[in-house]
Amino acid sequence: MNSSGKDDDVTIQFRNCRRFLDGKIVSNQQLLVRNGKIIDPEPVFYCEKKKPTTVVDCKNALLVPGFIDVQINGGYGFDFSSDPTKVAEAVSVVSKGLLSTGVTSFCPTLVTSPPELYKKVLPQLSRRPGSRAGAAVLGAHVEGPFINPEKKGAHPPEHMLTFAKGPGVLEEVYGSLEHVAMITLAPELPGAEQAVEFLAQRRVVVSVGHSSGSLEQGEAAVVAGASFITHLFNAMLPFHHRDPGLVGLLTSKVVPRPVYYGIISDGVHTHPAALRIAHRTHPGGLVLITDAMAALGLGEGEHNIGQLAVEVRGRRAFLPGTDTLAGSIATMDECIRRFIKAAGVSLEEGVRAATEHPARLLGLATTKGSLVAGADADFVMLGDDGDTLGNVDVMRTFIAGQCVYERPGLPALQTWTC
Amino acid sequence: MRLVILESSAEVTEWAARYITKRINDFNPGPDKFFVLGLPTGGTPLGTYKKLVEYHKAGKVSFKYVKTFNMDEYVGIPRNHPQSYHTFMYENFFKHIDIDPVNVHILDGNAEDLQKECDNYEKLIADAGGIELFMGGIGPDGHIAFNEPGSSLVSRTRVKTLNVETIAANARFFGDDLSLVPKQALTVGVGTVMDANEVMVLVTGSHKAYALHMAIEEGVNHMWTVSAFQQHPRTLLLCDEDATLELKVKTVKYFKSLHAVHMGLLGANAA
Repeated sequence: MNSSGKDDDVTIQFRNCRRFLDGKIVSNQQLLVRNGKIIDPEPVFYCEKKKPTTVVDCKNALLVPGFIDVQINGGYGFDFSSDPTKVAEAVSVVSKGLLSTGVTSFCPTLVTSPPELYKKVLPQLSRRPGSRAGAAVLGAHVEGPFINPEKKGAHPPEHMLTFAKGPGVLEEVYGSLEHVAMITLAPELPGAEQAVEFLAQRRVVVSVGHSSGSLEQGEAAVVAGASFITHLFNAMLPFHHRDPGLVGLLTSKVVPRPVYYGIISDGVHTHPAALRIAHRTHPGGLVLITDAMAALGLGEGEHNIGQLAVEVRGRRAFLPGTDTLAGSIATMDECIRRFIKAAGVSLEEGVRAATEHPARLLGLATTKGSLVAGADADFVMLGDDGDTLGNVDVMRTFIAGQCVYERPGLPALQTWTC
Repeated sequence: MRLVILESSAEVTEWAARYITKRINDFNPGPDKFFVLGLPTGGTPLGTYKKLVEYHKAGKVSFKYVKTFNMDEYVGIPRNHPQSYHTFMYENFFKHIDIDPVNVHILDGNAEDLQKECDNYEKLIADAGGIELFMGGIGPDGHIAFNEPGSSLVSRTRVKTLNVETIAANARFFGDDLSLVPKQALTVGVGTVMDANEVMVLVTGSHKAYALHMAIEEGVNHMWTVSAFQQHPRTLLLCDEDATLELKVKTVKYFKSLHAVHMGLLGANAA
């Protein structure tokens, strides 16, 4: 099929599969794909009276929506923040690499950087569809520079700014918001509420994080339009029963709608008990993120993240010589597995936290994160034999109905034309 | 008329699936010679569809050169309504097999001119060369398709207004709201089914025992429309033990004594 042109005569049927249907796994199903989208097979059968042109036998494999990562700084030796001349290559390498982890779309994430870097890098992170070349880019997630130096994490404090000058500073710093899908900011900064309103009006998702903000400040931001919490528990005040901080947003009665929150379930950044507390108080808002950095997919040793050096020891990445965590090196499939095991949830719920929830957060629920008719045909073929609890095993990844990744050594998919 | 008495409802549905499989394969259909199959919906046939899908997946039967005609459909509910017969057939059978959608026929209960739709259906059946094997179920009142008590035994495909009991019984499928239950249906007539080369009727459960008694031990009567098939040269009734409860011992013993003959219908190796 010509992926750029439309061809209503070409219909691919993925038959004999188990699949997600309304967030539940249903067996003995099919998935019908035309022009890169999932279509309702019933009218094709009764009204068009057409048979699929190509049939793929899934041999009872489980098809789930492609994973979405809304916070990833880099991987495979590249990141998006350190060198503007290498960003195009970084996007290409990372988006390709992510296919093997089941991620079909993502938000390349920038750490706090000097203003001139944003203007050079953001245009290179423009939204683009996925293909064999790599996962789709859903726009950039910019963490900073409007964050609190007290909760800087791995971000360089010298570049941090406030909204004292008014929301106009956003376009001054980033150049344009055209390529920005999400901004993490600290809600306690002066002028933050106006900035949140300004961004929400422009359909940029606002996330609170890297913050010493109180619950009240977080609530004010959500009322103004913020909808996400960046890596819950990390780079924010710890939960205190008389001053719950941003963590309190999970159970706030003031916010007009439930918030979503990012969780790095790599077994390092969030203790399983903390993860369970978050999940049990607000399961529908949980969004799995990798927050992965350049060393994802590499080994031990020193790597660059933003303007800083990072050292990988074991499964953890630190600022060199310190015990400060600097981003994770876990893949999304691993995060889903760990989430399922840690929270004791079903495979369905584990997958929803990496598909349906982030898609809703980004306002993309009709096209991403589900397998309903009309959605993009981005999906992952999982093997889940044996120990089924948390056994998320990416065998193949599909974008727009095309196989874009196949784990080496698998028997060929049985495919025929009708 | 043959009556095959089997132990359970599961055996009945499986027997029917094996018989359809054998009939299609013996017919040896091809691009110039389609096997034409009449089909019902309902709880009993569902088991047969499941078995047919299983046999198809195992490579034992293909529907590539099979044409199907369904018995009936409600009037006025959307084609893709969860309770429509289009949905039933698609979800339980058609989507799992290799049938070409152009060979599938179901009455359109949303047609502008319903009688014209029915007349055309008769023509489509005739153009296909008539129905080779019509499978059906019956209701506790002995109706076949929507040919409820009192239907003419020479009726053709037409619009039928459903009786009060049928509407009330269907309410459970429409959120217990009588106003949502279709009041009319399109259905093939008793005469339409009589024209098939062979008719196979599935009767299971004690609630259908009296209907089976009226079907075979009493005379032809339009109040028990299934009794019309006493006049058909090739009628095959399949029932389970429960459905025999109202039959005479003599009747049951007679048909059971033919068990070996009946099993022979499934082929030489069918034990």
